[in-house]
Amino acid sequence: MIELIDIHKSFGPVEVLRGISLSISAGEVVCIVGPSGSGKSTLLRCINFLEQPTSGTILIDGEKAYYDVTGGVKKIRPEKDVARIRRKLGMVFQDFALFPHLTAIGNVIEGQIYGLGIPRTEALKRAVSMLERVGLGDHGSQYPAELSGGQKQRVAIARSLALSPKAMLFDEPTSALDPELVGEVLDVMKRLSGDGMTMVIVTHEMAFAREVADRVIFVDRGKIIEEGSPDVVLDHPEHERTKAFLARIRR
Amino acid sequence: MVVRYMELLNLDVIREYGGVLLQGLAITVALTLIVIAIALVLAIPVALIRMSPNFLLRTIGSIYVEVIRGTPLLLQLAYIYYVMPGFGLNLDPFAAAILGLSLNYTAYMSEVYRGGILAVPKHQWEAAATVGMTKTVAFYRIILPQALRIVTPTLGNYFISLFKDTALASVVTVQELTFTGQIISARSYQYFTIYTVTGILYLSVGYPAALFVRWLEKRVDSNYRTRRPK
Repeated sequence: MIELIDIHKSFGPVEVLRGISLSISAGEVVCIVGPSGSGKSTLLRCINFLEQPTSGTILIDGEKAYYDVTGGVKKIRPEKDVARIRRKLGMVFQDFALFPHLTAIGNVIEGQIYGLGIPRTEALKRAVSMLERVGLGDHGSQYPAELSGGQKQRVAIARSLALSPKAMLFDEPTSALDPELVGEVLDVMKRLSGDGMTMVIVTHEMAFAREVADRVIFVDRGKIIEEGSPDVVLDHPEHERTKAFLARIRR
Repeated sequence: MVVRYMELLNLDVIREYGGVLLQGLAITVALTLIVIAIALVLAIPVALIRMSPNFLLRTIGSIYVEVIRGTPLLLQLAYIYYVMPGFGLNLDPFAAAILGLSLNYTAYMSEVYRGGILAVPKHQWEAAATVGMTKTVAFYRIILPQALRIVTPTLGNYFISLFKDTALASVVTVQELTFTGQIISARSYQYFTIYTVTGILYLSVGYPAALFVRWLEKRVDSNYRTRRPK
């Protein structure tokens, strides 16, 4: 479903990703963990091209995505092409990034109408069912400023789901939430994974990762250090850096 | 004291010239409304040109804005009316005033829009991209509506200041309110009466306009907390 081959990414002189290769199959739930500044968010943002990799290949749904490399020169595809592939990937941001000038329902129909070109009545129908799916059926007419952090993040999830993505990307979806609101967002995500959604999640919630992840990837200093099932990576890590990281966050 | 000055207000003069002054006021209001309409619209593409990835476009935009900001409006108006005919551009006074004021206010207001657009968080562009929008669509549907809320108070102040800046159109002989007052008072020597009435006329429009702007600021709440449709 998602395949990254030898992805490098530099910001100026700083190399944030140093050769990451990763293959995620349909229906798989992958949690990316690692210290802050390790490059895990950048890695996630490369998957939907919010960051442009310096080099490497990205395949989405078996198709070479976003750019072509000919003779060592990277050429970005036309914007419509990039948008078409990007639509296959839902994205949930740490700070929600809801559209503040639109109601909850407005947020959910906006991309359907102006991104996908779905007729308004159909988009509204879909939006209502998506908000119900995240437990916010009664909050459609409210503006983001009137919602709690947990509710906002659930609207953001509904906004992505409304476009019928083939996979969902989560960039620390609970890091900006008050502790008592984390559970409601994780519950929605658990249900999603139960429904068979392909998910890539950058997170610090180790208990959650242990429960839902098929695979945990530990990233440090721009490289994948260790990967495997949660009980291996989180409970019996082999690598020293993984052990050190886990010891730090358990405290 | 006040009574003595009130006696100085020559009612005969008001009766004689009141109509002309009202005509001047009408021209002042017309100038203001036409120019603000032009500048509100044109300043948006100018702001975009100033942020364009194309170096040439960006440079042209910058030169325009800096020339306007670095020279007096009075000179700009005089230049258009008295110098441009030498280059084949003959405009009547009213058209010259519209052109000069629009060029000036478009430049200033483009800077306001630019600030407003840049003040919208980068994540808004990204969120729009992840729901399948192209940049152009994202700009009109997501970024501009938020930027407009941010710039409304500032643009409101420009609207009020334009109303008073139209007085400068008198240098290109547009018979707006100030110029009309000057002509009549010089002819009748009734400086106190004419200029007082002129001031009252400005205030009678300017104060309600200021109240309107304040109301607009309250209505367009950039924190998105007051609007709630029932």
